[in-house]
Amino acid sequence: MSKNIKVNVEYLTRVEGHGNIVVNVADGKLQECRLDIVESPRFFEGMLRGRSIFEAQHITSRICGICACGHTLASIQAAEDALGFIPSEQTIKLRKFLLHMENLDSHILHIYLLVAPDLLGVKSFVPLIQTHNTVVRRALRMKKECNDVCDILVGRHVHPISAIVGGFTKLPREKDLLRMLDILVNLRADMKATLELAKTFKFPQFSRPTEYVSLVNDQGEYPMLSGDLGSTDGLRMPKKDYRKLTNEFVVSHSSAKHTKASRQSYAVGALARFNLNYDKLHPKAKEAAKALGMKPPVTNPYLNTVAQLIECVHSLEDSIEILQELKAKGVDYSQEVVVGLNELGTIPVKAGTGVGAVEVPRGILFHEYEIDNKGKIINANCIIPTGQNVNNIEQDMKELVPQILDKSQAEITLLMEMLVRAYDPCISCSAHFLNVKFVGW
Amino acid sequence: MRKPKVAFFDFSCCEGCQLQVANFGEALLDILGLIDVVMFREVMSEKSDNYDVAIVEGSITTSHDVERIKKIRATAKVLIAYGSCATIGGINGMKNNFDLEDIKKYVYQDGAKYFESISTHPLHQIVKVDYFVHGCPVYQPEFVKVLKCALAGLSYVVPDYAVCVECRFNENVCMYDKGITCLGPVTRAGCNSWCINNGNICYGCRGMVSNPAKNGQMDILEKYKIPLDWVQNKMNMYNKPRELDINEQKHKG
Repeated sequence: MSKNIKVNVEYLTRVEGHGNIVVNVADGKLQECRLDIVESPRFFEGMLRGRSIFEAQHITSRICGICACGHTLASIQAAEDALGFIPSEQTIKLRKFLLHMENLDSHILHIYLLVAPDLLGVKSFVPLIQTHNTVVRRALRMKKECNDVCDILVGRHVHPISAIVGGFTKLPREKDLLRMLDILVNLRADMKATLELAKTFKFPQFSRPTEYVSLVNDQGEYPMLSGDLGSTDGLRMPKKDYRKLTNEFVVSHSSAKHTKASRQSYAVGALARFNLNYDKLHPKAKEAAKALGMKPPVTNPYLNTVAQLIECVHSLEDSIEILQELKAKGVDYSQEVVVGLNELGTIPVKAGTGVGAVEVPRGILFHEYEIDNKGKIINANCIIPTGQNVNNIEQDMKELVPQILDKSQAEITLLMEMLVRAYDPCISCSAHFLNVKFVGW
Repeated sequence: MRKPKVAFFDFSCCEGCQLQVANFGEALLDILGLIDVVMFREVMSEKSDNYDVAIVEGSITTSHDVERIKKIRATAKVLIAYGSCATIGGINGMKNNFDLEDIKKYVYQDGAKYFESISTHPLHQIVKVDYFVHGCPVYQPEFVKVLKCALAGLSYVVPDYAVCVECRFNENVCMYDKGITCLGPVTRAGCNSWCINNGNICYGCRGMVSNPAKNGQMDILEKYKIPLDWVQNKMNMYNKPRELDINEQKHKG
């Protein structure tokens, strides 16, 4: 077969940030296949130098509006690790809850507004307002409800206010707990309807053996906020060794650095977590997985969206349980803390380095800071989930394109766009952090 | 009446302010009843070069950005700077605290040559801006107000008094009384003292009031024994590109 195909998608839509897809097939042979990351660099790591460690959360939250809570939690974890500060049990519980809400919120946005239009054959959710009004209303309602919970818990979802190094500046009152519980219990009906809708979705058939990476632990809990680093190829190491896992390298066509572990590339995200930690999902999430025909290992990247939906059920149910526990036990308000720039020395400061490794909606996120004995940041490093996935997306593309050469150029373009979207890339995140080397580390 | 065509654009930013639009929930459908969104890359694949109102998020940080924003300005009848990155440079402006070549090398080392970058500018330093929606992120009730004004052809005046005014109405305990530095006294109101209501301090994300009570602020620092450079350092988190405004004014004489 002789066929020439050129796909050049400039500024891929319905993803966060700026990326281009380039495919070049000549005489039926794949010549070139790339995901270019063209986001303008923002130099966050450079900008952090000289700032107080107590400002790191506020600044790094601004890396991404969608996963602001995830960056917040990874940043806090790294800072507290560097300072040698141990958060209270209550604080950890509330942080887990916050992470669940972010996961839920982000996954809902991705499933309904970014992926569903492709599956329903339209360009965006806007035409769906006419054709699928109840679906659009449900999506916006679910998104709003996650947001309302975040508003109560941390002031707002985009750049949370009250989650800081040391704990929370404001803790939910009893009426707040009841209100959040009420919202989440009511969300179950919409979640059920979402599962029914998802059963009707037809995803492209494609699969490629892949190394999946996520947090793992030896406890019964589905690890999101803490754990070791693990992979489906059998890697296991403590979080402080994350550089041995990510092995970053630079390619000229991307302002996001590429990574690899045991093989040419690896994947992070909901599907990776599902494949590594399926046993630890909430029973209701396992039920959902069964109903959707998902059983690990799943190696079709398009099904990351389905894994996200299964995680939505997990996050919702686990959040309800956390809230019920907090309600029964009562919140200890003496733990409310205002740190500011640590003017009052609320938190003892020492020189050191610390690592945060947190599972955010798109996969494992690393923050690392080195601070001096006054708490000033000397060095900073962040490795973003999408940065880790970009290389894997390209490997998928290279395997997929030869399999679909008989399709029209428009169909090929759509399948490629859908593939990239399935990873839910957060490009503005990934392009901010590249190629950071620390002398003497 | 024809619905005005509205397009969203993003430059260097986290896209969180655009997300605030999706966070309206079902009320978004009411807004969409009044306007015709022709472009919104984060959530739509539709594209159009024909629009009346441009809502622009992010700061200008490359020479490519400069050309692109000029084109948008030439097309749009109304241009709204949306969020701190667009209105004051915001967090991106922290880059201007460093030597440009030095910070590029720190982040990209040998790869620095691939990435062209200029000092961070808010939009109004490059093109004329008709409306400002400050905040990191934008405060939704204010955005709705501005949008109404823009669609009705009315002007919107950003409050030019300190966040403290709103903070007092909200009966918060003053951060300075807790021994913590806060930028409320020099920062523009309009956010309903969002952060302080939630127990945190003001970081100055809406920009400085045009005529800050300098002596009053110095008295506060004196009273609470707070070094001036702490406050200046905090101001530089969001407000660094302001220097470029001041320099320009000096230049114009």
